Amino acid sequence: MAGPLLSSTEKIFILHGVQNDYRSDGRSNIDYRPMELETDVVSHASGSARLRLANTDILVGVKTEIDVPKPDNPGKGKIEFFVDCSANATPEFEGRGGEQLANSISNMMQRAYHTSQAFNLKQLCIFEGKQCWKLYVDILILECGGNLCDAVSLAVKAALFNTRLPFVKAALMDGGNVDLQLSDDPYDSKQLDIGCAPLLVTLCKIGDKCVVDPSAEEESCSVISLVVGVTGNPKFYCTEDTTNILNVECKCSTIGMNGPGSVAPKTLKDAINQGIIAAKCLDEALGKALLRERQETIVMKKHSYGFLK
Amino acid sequence: MPGPDLLSSQGLRLDGRRPNELRRIRCKLGVFTQPDGSAYLEQGNTKVLAAVYGPHQASKSKTSTDGVVVNCQYSMATFSTGERKNRPRGDRKSQEMSLHLRQSLTAAIKTELYPRSQIDVYVEVLQADGGAYCASVNAATLALVDAGIPLKAYACACTASIAWRGSEPEPLVDVGHVEEAAGGVCLTVSSLPSTRSVALLELSHKLHMDYFDVVLSRAMQGCRDIEVILDRAVREHLAEGWTKQDVVTI
Repeated sequence: MAGPLLSSTEKIFILHGVQNDYRSDGRSNIDYRPMELETDVVSHASGSARLRLANTDILVGVKTEIDVPKPDNPGKGKIEFFVDCSANATPEFEGRGGEQLANSISNMMQRAYHTSQAFNLKQLCIFEGKQCWKLYVDILILECGGNLCDAVSLAVKAALFNTRLPFVKAALMDGGNVDLQLSDDPYDSKQLDIGCAPLLVTLCKIGDKCVVDPSAEEESCSVISLVVGVTGNPKFYCTEDTTNILNVECKCSTIGMNGPGSVAPKTLKDAINQGIIAAKCLDEALGKALLRERQETIVMKKHSYGFLK
Repeated sequence: MPGPDLLSSQGLRLDGRRPNELRRIRCKLGVFTQPDGSAYLEQGNTKVLAAVYGPHQASKSKTSTDGVVVNCQYSMATFSTGERKNRPRGDRKSQEMSLHLRQSLTAAIKTELYPRSQIDVYVEVLQADGGAYCASVNAATLALVDAGIPLKAYACACTASIAWRGSEPEPLVDVGHVEEAAGGVCLTVSSLPSTRSVALLELSHKLHMDYFDVVLSRAMQGCRDIEVILDRAVREHLAEGWTKQDVVTI
């Protein structure tokens, strides 16, 4: 995807800014841009979230389906990521134009959620070996303003936090087939345990320093960027007393690199550490925001904005 | 020919509206910064985003010396419908919708002003609950206004159906998904209400020609009602950031 058109002087200006730890929009190298997050925006989905990170706009909808588990993993459910780059973001995405970018993001998400320490697929099991839930996480990119990976991972985690799976009322065995009766009541449902779900942090190498949350202009200045997937900490996502919940250390669940350049191993190591620290802060902030929003929904104070704000 | 029961004995529809009532329309212009024009429109539970890029130089294959080429793409988010969709675009229905959208919008745009140019209109349906095409046309019109593209008139679209009250026909305006699924007729009209002309008309299921006029006039009335709402939204959007006094002096 072609970024904004920048002259070489503009690129040098951005580069010098990064070197002095004072970027062109006034942030330091480890600062994120302001974000807006709202969950439960699509009523046709089991869970949804919309995240706006400066100019980047992401809408995530989670749909659930009952499926048969894989024979080699009878006790586990399924999760699938699908990214759609809407042509609303840029005319280049028209038709099949956005497919390459979409695939790279969905593969990255799939890899980050692959380990059981990141997302426990056992909670999606209904009937071992016979029935399980399949989560379709559909990500819609509505506007690109840089740093898509981070925004997508945050929105996905928020949408999964918002997802409710209906309880199974009865299961009838009829020969080899299982006939499930699901509860109709929308409140008679369970929430997913997504405390460990990973967040992706993009580190953009500009000059010889790395910055988090690059804007579209900064992305076009960098030759290589590193994407680190870091698992979350469940303690940020529960309201109860946190003493009996294991304080899980953040782990790296995936690392990927984009761009034509190369990095020295030393820089790589520093960048990964920087990414883990950034992910920890993001995770804490996201947990706080989501819990606050859930609290507001419970006391009926929440006002739904959607795109009308 | 008694159709399915779309009206209760009190004369109310399945979702509690009266036959001549639209669903609530809420809209906003300029939701995004990158496109030249963008709009969001909510018609009941149908939610649509539209973005407009252009006019810009037309791609070689599309260029026309007569006027601007309106390039439309209609896509539906995979989570927009009750059942999950596998593909957001490229299926037959969305391709047909893209063509219909192009027809309605070309009728509204002053195409002769920009020869050899192209206007891209992208519509994304976030939630479909009946009348997705109508909401798309209305949102696209707002996005075109936001992009500052000269229009002959607002293009507004509305659906209408027919129900039976005893033996009297009663036309229904702005058909929702439940009414669509119940299997009545569905007449989609896209019109330029201020010129009182029809840009696109589509009828599904059978309708006796005796009742065609009443249904069409109800749909046209719906279009005129929508035009009022869109016009108010445009004026409010343009007045934003100004004080009330400024608006009066202009």
